[in-house]
Amino acid sequence: MSISLDAVATQRAGSDAGDRSVFARRIILVLAVTLLLTAVLSLASGATDTSAVSVVWALLTGQDDLVSAVERVVILDIRMPRTLLGMMIGASLAVSGATMQGLFRNPLADPGIVGVSAGAGLGAVTFIVLGGSVLAPVAALFGIYHVPFAAFLGGLAFTFALYRISTSNGRTSVATMLLAGIALGAMAGAFIGLLVFWADDEQLRDLTFWGLGSVAGATWPKVLAVAPIIVPILVFAPFMARGLNAMTLGEATAQHLGIHVQVFKRVAIVMVAAATGAAVAVSGGIGFVGIVVPHLLRLSIGPDHRYLLPACALLGAIMLLFADAVARQIVAPAELPIGIVTATVGAPFFLWILLRRRGLMDI
Amino acid sequence: MTQTMMKKPRGLKRRFLLQSALVALLSSPLATYLTHAEGTEAKRVLAIGGAVTEIVYALGEQDRLVGRDSTSSYPPEATALPDVGYIRALSPEGVLSVKPDLILARENNGPPEAVEVLRSTGVRWVDVADDFTLAGISENIAIIAAELGVPEKGEALKKKVAADIARARAKLASIERRHKVMFVLALTDDKVNAAGKNTAAGNIVELAGGDNVITEFSGYKQISNEAVIEAAPEVIVMMNGRGDSGDHQSPNALLEAHPALSMTPAVRNGRIIRMDGLLLLGFGPRTGEAISKLADAFYGHEH
Repeated sequence: MSISLDAVATQRAGSDAGDRSVFARRIILVLAVTLLLTAVLSLASGATDTSAVSVVWALLTGQDDLVSAVERVVILDIRMPRTLLGMMIGASLAVSGATMQGLFRNPLADPGIVGVSAGAGLGAVTFIVLGGSVLAPVAALFGIYHVPFAAFLGGLAFTFALYRISTSNGRTSVATMLLAGIALGAMAGAFIGLLVFWADDEQLRDLTFWGLGSVAGATWPKVLAVAPIIVPILVFAPFMARGLNAMTLGEATAQHLGIHVQVFKRVAIVMVAAATGAAVAVSGGIGFVGIVVPHLLRLSIGPDHRYLLPACALLGAIMLLFADAVARQIVAPAELPIGIVTATVGAPFFLWILLRRRGLMDI
Repeated sequence: MTQTMMKKPRGLKRRFLLQSALVALLSSPLATYLTHAEGTEAKRVLAIGGAVTEIVYALGEQDRLVGRDSTSSYPPEATALPDVGYIRALSPEGVLSVKPDLILARENNGPPEAVEVLRSTGVRWVDVADDFTLAGISENIAIIAAELGVPEKGEALKKKVAADIARARAKLASIERRHKVMFVLALTDDKVNAAGKNTAAGNIVELAGGDNVITEFSGYKQISNEAVIEAAPEVIVMMNGRGDSGDHQSPNALLEAHPALSMTPAVRNGRIIRMDGLLLLGFGPRTGEAISKLADAFYGHEH
């Protein structure tokens, strides 16, 4: 079985497939090293002149008294959770994007295609606007984290609804899911519009900022809440590679190649919904990573998901950490929403790659 | 030692002790601690909120300011201070980078996670109420003056502000009839966004002797063209730069061309008042000036 699937991948990747897999492995290695460096950069850079190295060294060697309370908070409670959260969010958005593009055989599919973004947006906006009044008792239950909780639950609820709508007789229709997703998105948009009408000035700014995304609010509770969701999914994702490779040939062919298509779809959708839901819940709307990262990598290492998925996780994490480092430095001591950076840096770069290699565009 | 010092959380003292340990080679830790204790008040103050910054300046304590937020644009020299961003989108590290030992923040600051992290550093954090009333101004001046360890200056400023407001309001005794006023917050895409009840804009209009024509809702909301005509304001108040045609000859061209606003007595009689937003809506130490200017614009010909 595995031989025939490998052959499929090889065939699709073209005659230089042998070279490509070697190349892909090298790229993954380079990305892994780059991610390490970026993570160090992320820990070391910030608006304060706190030195990450000296603080970590002092704490590790037990010289706690050399570290002030502020320095300790800056490194341990501000930068560390932020770096970890950025890595997890970037990786999960990119891997989710690649998975959805493969599953739906649609280059425009992003993680939001399973309804997560619309649902999460609705959940977040509902609590931003009503959390202080009508929904105050519910908000109090989750404390300062009521908006992330609402976003996560909203995302899952929408995915569940979308899946049920597009599944009949035990078969999920991709086309129905795309169209129903647009309808659900419009409904969410209408409700959000209504809430915007009720919102006061400050709430309006809150939801604008939420939509632009940020990891500035990273805290340990957030890291600990999303890690048990995102990390297992990232670890499991590469095992989906063969199935995704088969799906690119069409559902019928994949079925013939021994993939249980319906189960596979369900697993993929649940994984993407959970990973994206968790990411969006803690960071707001960070667009673009889920589309740009997978395509950039397809253009360089090819469409074989065995390499594509791990590479996406690495490059997604790098891109987000890098964007966040820019976001926190460029207008310091203030800070830009990260969504602005990912789009302004990512979009022109993506266009440039696209123009250079447009002949090779493939899914 | 004043009350301010006693109210400081233990974490802060602990930090001073830790810092003291650093300079142990140069001087004895106890001496350092005592030196600091003599000063009692914060030396590096971060002001978050336009009115908060104005109050610190009005108290004459601006030399202790090390930063401000993006809404603090008065007095003009305040803009030279490092800007830690928008009050609802504070970045914990950005705030700490100005090394504050006291943070005076207007209420409704955020995001809550960032504020919680900041509070955990032991840097003193004081919320200043977001109260658009005359009593609120006094209260806020008292809180800030106490935090800065200058309660006498606070009392003096409270008296001065109260006197300014009383003087401005005294002129209103002679008016015969309160004019109907609409505060237009924004005129985006020709849609009128007006101030309702319980807003800084609505309150300042009432204080200056105007009647806010919008009584149906609280906050700022977009209203329909028919509602604008129905409300028939005699005066329209806007912030500088809003709904301005950009043409010095006829800055109100946009309002005159607007299907609904052009029908109102205010536009037909050219009674459009534009004032600085922070002066008008800040509810800070300049509130007396704001009331006076607005009242003069409303009733200048009557008193």
